[in-house]
Amino acid sequence: MMKPSLWGLKKSPWVYHVALSPCNNCDIEILDVLTPRFDVERFGVKLVGSPRHADALLVTGSINRHVLPRFVELYRQTAKPCVVFAVGSCALSSSMFRDSYNIVGPLDKVMKEIDPAAIVAYVPGCPPKPEAIIAGVVKALKAL
Amino acid sequence: MKTVVVPLGPFHPLLEEAEYFKLTVEGETVVDVDLKVGYMHRGIEKLSQSKTFDQVPFLVERICGICSTSHPLAYVNAVEDLLGVEPPERALYVRTIIAELERIHSHLLWVGLAGHFIGYDTVFMWAWRYREPVLDLFELISGNRNHYAMMKVGGVRRDIPEDAYPKINATLDEVQKGTEMFIGAVMDDPVIHARTKGIGVLTPEAARAYGTLGPTVRGSGIPDDIRRDDPYAAYERVEWKVCTWDGGDVFAKAAVRLLEIVEAIRIIRQCTEQMRQGAIDLDLQNIGPGEGIGHAEAPRGEVFHYVRSDGSPKPVRHKVRAPSLMNIPSFKATCIGQQVADAALITAAVDPCYCCTERTMVMEGDRMVLSGGDLVAMSRDKTARIRDALGSVPPVEKLVKEVMRR
Amino acid sequence: MTSVLDDLRSELGTRLLQVVQKNPRRAYVKLSDADLPAAAKFLLGRGGRLATISGIDTRNGVELLYHFAFAAEHVMVTLKTLLPKPLPRTASLAGWLPAANWSEREIHDLLGVTFADHPDPRRLLLADSWPEGVHPLRRDFKGLPDENRGSAAGAVSPAP
Repeated sequence: MMKPSLWGLKKSPWVYHVALSPCNNCDIEILDVLTPRFDVERFGVKLVGSPRHADALLVTGSINRHVLPRFVELYRQTAKPCVVFAVGSCALSSSMFRDSYNIVGPLDKVMKEIDPAAIVAYVPGCPPKPEAIIAGVVKALKAL
Repeated sequence: MKTVVVPLGPFHPLLEEAEYFKLTVEGETVVDVDLKVGYMHRGIEKLSQSKTFDQVPFLVERICGICSTSHPLAYVNAVEDLLGVEPPERALYVRTIIAELERIHSHLLWVGLAGHFIGYDTVFMWAWRYREPVLDLFELISGNRNHYAMMKVGGVRRDIPEDAYPKINATLDEVQKGTEMFIGAVMDDPVIHARTKGIGVLTPEAARAYGTLGPTVRGSGIPDDIRRDDPYAAYERVEWKVCTWDGGDVFAKAAVRLLEIVEAIRIIRQCTEQMRQGAIDLDLQNIGPGEGIGHAEAPRGEVFHYVRSDGSPKPVRHKVRAPSLMNIPSFKATCIGQQVADAALITAAVDPCYCCTERTMVMEGDRMVLSGGDLVAMSRDKTARIRDALGSVPPVEKLVKEVMRR
Repeated sequence: MTSVLDDLRSELGTRLLQVVQKNPRRAYVKLSDADLPAAAKFLLGRGGRLATISGIDTRNGVELLYHFAFAAEHVMVTLKTLLPKPLPRTASLAGWLPAANWSEREIHDLLGVTFADHPDPRRLLLADSWPEGVHPLRRDFKGLPDENRGSAAGAVSPAP
């Protein structure tokens, strides 16, 4: 029998959006999934205002030196279990910023250090279309 | 005395940044504003030096998702200034069409967010609904809803095929209807007046002192607009006007943006009518030594690029300055003396990134007392109180009912 | 353009070391950094707007470029000055020109120029954990010894 917390996550994931250092296109497409054409709330997905209430983190942007410790702290505060979605090329791989003096590295490498048991899902694109974001979230949740 | 730590969005010189915006509050009044940035610094100017001139547009496109045309456009303007060349005429028109389409969906995004902060989520949903056909058009023309990769030194990468024109016109018709609805609904609504008039006033003197740009400065009655002040692309070939509004308050900035959508539609229509078949690219091979300045009027104001070359294939120096570097410091002038419940709206008025308010926090020591949603909720509560006092119906709801009744 | 340059020449005369009009819309004026505040004040009073300040690390020093836009004349006039290394230093304009404030802080972070009497000389862009005295846009910057790259281990506890 599935743990109740996981069941809640799968049935009606509450997501918290974390923008690390994105260009904001991924962020805008994430917000777009709430709007009438995509209307993600019909799947029970809700954007919440605090990581403490979140089942999933939608993380955009690459991690830079300044934001890294704040992200570590944020992840600690996030309710577990929690799925971390790396949304967009920057979160996946740091994209074309990976050689920058201020960029730390791709999200999953950092996640391995913070929490080796973390569940990380990937939604590629620059930015991923809203359909891709929804498909990614649904696919990941089905796999849990 | 609580200290409110407010992270705000975008548009920073080297890249979009979340700024931590520390408001010191006495009771309900903001008495001081302190700004801290650095959260989104990606070192783009240094990265530029490791890219070839032709690779740079892909990099600078990603400075800002919603000004993703403006940065490459300012950059190619800078390199063309360095070279002393002008792209073929058709390329100038294509650049203008792309830039104005971006202005439309950026301003609609802003209208939606401002609506959300005020408490009119119908405005949010409808404004963003009208963005979709514009994004579809971008996908048709460029292959992507965002990050169009259209700009190239010496021209544009892709042409706009003539069989796209009917779709362009149909989209513009649809957006025009939506914008006219917003203008009708918003400009006369007493609650919106109460929430935005006289709020966050930026005087013309302060606007000049801070060097503010875009709708932020035009909302203080000052007609600065790079498209007229240092024309590029096809702006000298079409009829259009600089949109200003007096008052310097949130209402004025909103009015400027709505009017600019109407002007953008007008500009695009003229472009599709006037453009003739022809080359879209100069097919430049080398960038010799020199320096150049290029700028573009992004939806948020002047985007400024300076490029220096020593004749090698990569820029020796590429300086980027996004409009928010000038606009955001002006919060010192617009927030002090205002109410906390208006803080979200005043910061929104210079058009920072939406994700900012999600990360607003009220701290007492190290403890988060209020979350981001709470500060927006304070703004929305204020609207509800005003609305109850005035006994008025939200504007777009009125219009929607009207439309559905017919 | 010519009227702006003529007025600048009348005002500053031989203090302008070199005036190059690159094309009808762009001019570059070299001067000593001691004369820069006076030239800046003059251009602002003449109707110019400070668009931004650029900085470049060159072999001969750190070059600063102050870009002024003139809407009515449709031109940009850039004042250029060269500051000697290793400790480039010049007067701040931010005390009387808020538009220069963040531009100067940015140049300080990235190029290590000191703007004397800047009202708010705090770090602007670089992370709290970034070492002092290391300026990424300097030619000799080759990257940090990478304790923070690819790793959360170097994460320092944040102050907001």
